[in-house]
Amino acid sequence: MRSFFQSRLPLVSLPPEPSAPLVSLRDVRFAYGERQVLRGIDLSVHRGQVVAIMGGSGCGKTTLLRLIGGQLRASSGAVEVEGRNMASLSGAELYALRRRMGMLFQFGALFTDMSVFDNVAFPMREHTSLPAGMIRDLVMMKLQAVGLRGAATLSPGELSGGMARRVALARAVALDPMLILYDEPFAGLDPISLGIIGQLIRRLNDALGASSVMVTHDVHESLEIVDYIYFVSDGRIVARGTPDEIRASSDPFVHQFVNAEADGPVPFHYPAPPIDSLLGGRGV
Amino acid sequence: MNGMFAALASGLRHIGALTIGGIWRLGFAARFLLAVLLASGQSIRRLHLTIRELYFSGVLSLLIIAVSGFFVGLVLGLQGYDILQRFGSADAVGVMVALSLLRELGPVIAGLLFASRAGSAIAAEIGLMKTTEQLKAMDMMAVDPIARVVAPRFWGGVLSMPLLAALFSAMGIFGGWLITVVVIGVDDGAFWSQMQATVEFRYDVVNGVIKSFVFGAVVSLIAVFEGYDCQPTAEGVSRAITRTVVTSALAILALDFVLTSFMFRGL
Repeated sequence: MRSFFQSRLPLVSLPPEPSAPLVSLRDVRFAYGERQVLRGIDLSVHRGQVVAIMGGSGCGKTTLLRLIGGQLRASSGAVEVEGRNMASLSGAELYALRRRMGMLFQFGALFTDMSVFDNVAFPMREHTSLPAGMIRDLVMMKLQAVGLRGAATLSPGELSGGMARRVALARAVALDPMLILYDEPFAGLDPISLGIIGQLIRRLNDALGASSVMVTHDVHESLEIVDYIYFVSDGRIVARGTPDEIRASSDPFVHQFVNAEADGPVPFHYPAPPIDSLLGGRGV
Repeated sequence: MNGMFAALASGLRHIGALTIGGIWRLGFAARFLLAVLLASGQSIRRLHLTIRELYFSGVLSLLIIAVSGFFVGLVLGLQGYDILQRFGSADAVGVMVALSLLRELGPVIAGLLFASRAGSAIAAEIGLMKTTEQLKAMDMMAVDPIARVVAPRFWGGVLSMPLLAALFSAMGIFGGWLITVVVIGVDDGAFWSQMQATVEFRYDVVNGVIKSFVFGAVVSLIAVFEGYDCQPTAEGVSRAITRTVVTSALAILALDFVLTSFMFRGL
């Protein structure tokens, strides 16, 4: 009898030990059809960290974010969030996990047929049965956190790009997620909005005790706010480190990227035959 | 000679690719319909979502449907009177107007108008939601976009179309009455009594309602499918809208023939 019970223990699955990373990718490969996008990525995000994934346009970093969010499945390798392999989750389990994730899309992706208030209230109304008064208070607190309580009645069309991004941020953290994903949070923002979003990402992460993964190519803003950085190029991680390590790095790729140099390991020219061939071999 | 074979082969290959693509898409649309039907529980449980779509597809189409029905009725009255009076049976104009509207023109023209007014709007809205990543955002918030966005729009269209077709026919009969009885001077009593005696509820009215229900379902499915399946670019959305209107029109006319040949074989 004793052995029967013992064999069934533990009845509740214990939470993974705190030191285990919240997100971990091991030798992850991914291809769109024939085109290999990720060629063996190892990456981990620990609890409380803000991690940036950087790289040029089209290097596969947004794909990486979609793998973590479970929108895509890796061709091989393991993507684990909170110790659970994303590839083995059923549709319902994936949705259960996503209720504890927030995602900020590149241009906000606010619902254009709803007001700012209703946008932030949307996840609460869908996933909780809180009374209307409490939802109102919670939405106002979230909007206050991003400084837009006064804009609650506006429609998304009336907002500037930076404001829309902040509303989307309030919506992403509406259910106090454990993990927040950011897809190019700084793209197309003026320097003031950019600074505001950067500070909000850091502050909200720390206030909620969440972890954040941010895909971006904005080096200087990111170096200010993140704990750890991965550089992706051609589907591989080519450099990694804390902001201080990155600033001091002598790696040619990091150097080119941080100093925005036109030519280097990432060539200025798209592969082409030598220019001489255009001139009929006459040379210049 | 070789060149000719190569051209022929590439032409055949092209036709083959188009056919396979078409069949593949049809299968995809069927799977999509199944997904919409399976996700329809929420449209009933949260009725306000469906009622909102009923308002957008149905109520906002009222004006165009009523005005078009009225004018079609006027024309039917004029043409009907002109033809029937040659045979001395101008009194039967009411029957002619009512039967053409209830059996054919009501469902078909209301369906075509519905496709261009509501179908295109549904495709554009869903397509733009896809382009601006709103559907993906919803999915990332663990809310199924098919249940939340697609199914209410589908059911809103399915339910509003028979009502719109009925309104179209009613306005048409009113227009026919106005032009023949009030303007031309056909006998009022003969107009209505002949109509009442000839039009059968089961054979004429119900068959017309079945047609309008089928057209409503087909147009709504095409609209939500094209919107959901579009390329997420400005060009992709515009193509989805065009395809919605064109495919719906062809589907309505072809299905009308099929349904008519089952329903009205003169037996």
